[in-house]
Amino acid sequence: MTDSWRQPRRLLLLALGALTVFFLMAPTLVVVPMSVTASNALTFPPEGFSTRWYEKMLTDPQWSSGFVNSAQVAFLTAVLATVLGTLAALGTVRGRFPGKSAVNALVLSPLIVPVIIIAIGMFSLFVRWKISGSIAGLVLAHTALAVPFVVINVATSLRTIDRNLELAAMNLGADPVRTFRRVTLPLILPGVLAGGLFAFITSWDEVVVSIFLTTARFRTLPVEMWEQVRQVVDPTVAAVATTLLAVTTSLLLLVLVVRRQAPAR
Amino acid sequence: MTRGSGRRPRGGPIVDRWALLAIPLIAFLVAFFLVPLIVVSLRSVADFPKPTGDIFSNYGRFFASAANLRVLANTFWVAALSTVVCLALGYPYAYLMNIVRPRVAGLLLIAVLLPFWSSLLVRTYAWQVILRDTGIINTFLLDWGLITEPIPLIRTTLGVMLGMSQVLLPFMVLPIYAVMRRIDPEYTKAAANLGAPPFAAFRRVFLPLSLPGVLAGSLLVFVLALGFYITPALLGSPKDTMISQFIANAVQQRLDWGIGATMAVILMGLTLVVLFVASRFIRLRDVFGSLEES
Repeated sequence: MTDSWRQPRRLLLLALGALTVFFLMAPTLVVVPMSVTASNALTFPPEGFSTRWYEKMLTDPQWSSGFVNSAQVAFLTAVLATVLGTLAALGTVRGRFPGKSAVNALVLSPLIVPVIIIAIGMFSLFVRWKISGSIAGLVLAHTALAVPFVVINVATSLRTIDRNLELAAMNLGADPVRTFRRVTLPLILPGVLAGGLFAFITSWDEVVVSIFLTTARFRTLPVEMWEQVRQVVDPTVAAVATTLLAVTTSLLLLVLVVRRQAPAR
Repeated sequence: MTRGSGRRPRGGPIVDRWALLAIPLIAFLVAFFLVPLIVVSLRSVADFPKPTGDIFSNYGRFFASAANLRVLANTFWVAALSTVVCLALGYPYAYLMNIVRPRVAGLLLIAVLLPFWSSLLVRTYAWQVILRDTGIINTFLLDWGLITEPIPLIRTTLGVMLGMSQVLLPFMVLPIYAVMRRIDPEYTKAAANLGAPPFAAFRRVFLPLSLPGVLAGSLLVFVLALGFYITPALLGSPKDTMISQFIANAVQQRLDWGIGATMAVILMGLTLVVLFVASRFIRLRDVFGSLEES
């Protein structure tokens, strides 16, 4: 490993790696300092320090209602997706039924079908069902997009747990419901929580379907940002972007913590 | 329920009780995901500006226009370019992750996963701030007197490519890394012991073994790139329109549902064809499996 011929090649690889990390992280990180600039324009490096763009975001009814709407939709999506996804993971991992691979394909397909097609399809249908532009419509739409992450995470946990623990509980007299609640659920809980957090993040960041299913009176934060980004941009958008990022990043760190609690994989 | 019903019965009924738990999600996805897709397909053969006898008149109308075909060609071009850029950056990155100490590999993985899970809109906005005429790069170059007027970065194919590659790179790195991690290091050591120079050992032994990851990653990046909307809309020029923008414009602005739905069916078909062709060479389950592991 320490042969001298190898050093230049290794340095090149390291340099390329560092460049890639920079390419991945830098664009996003640029937004954070820009959100606290004191000037009216997006200059880099920012001039002075000020929280005025955050104040503007919080006092502007458009932005603040967007924030509240996003949080509500993401929370409800996380709950619905976690319930449906956990049940389905139990069904597909443990159950036996014909056409299982078709069901698995259906559950994963929201990840691969181009989102614009899903968006116009839902829009077309939800308008007819009169749930377009409502919180219910958006939660249903986001749940379809987020549920694969719950199924994937819970199924992974289910495959790694020791089924003898469940058999032991049942031999000791626990009925299946009690066995699930006291043995299975605690064992798969890290997977369930991680899935729920991913579902929240998916909804929190979703733009394309939301553009079609929201109206001027009911918008989420990313949709509001999408509308504003194409017009004149003052640093408020940078403050909103930083807020979106901060929420996503904290939830992601929470996923890492939750996963660390998981039994060894 | 009886005791031990959780145990998988041998030769029992074709459908057991566990299977019932999957029903709510199946019903949900059929109603709120599958039916919308079916509605789109139906509208492509049933939604016309003026009625004609031919149910495929939208398709006729679509392929008669050279502008529409340019959108298709441009989408393929941008998707292919993004795949190449992601491969050029992603392969060495995955290789680096594979040879460094586990702790460093963990950090490199986080560097991939953090952007993977952060808002696409925020990242595209960041590129806008960097690339536009009054953006970071142009301001910097102007201030240093290296240029006298802003060079066009935004509203160019280059801008779209940068934005898309950054978003798609994790989909290249993760499958490649998953495959590399499973390659037994003894193979390359054996090649070296048998006298192969290091680069030959890499090229003749390691590279071929890592190819399934390369194929899986490239497939994933290409398919996802075909459906991009936000990034080309904010960073691209109108003449670089991609399929998804075309669909959104048709439905939202031109109110021509027929042509929008027709393009949507074509995009869906292209996606399925690419996946089908790929499934002959690699196991699609591995593609998604590598994402599951992340």
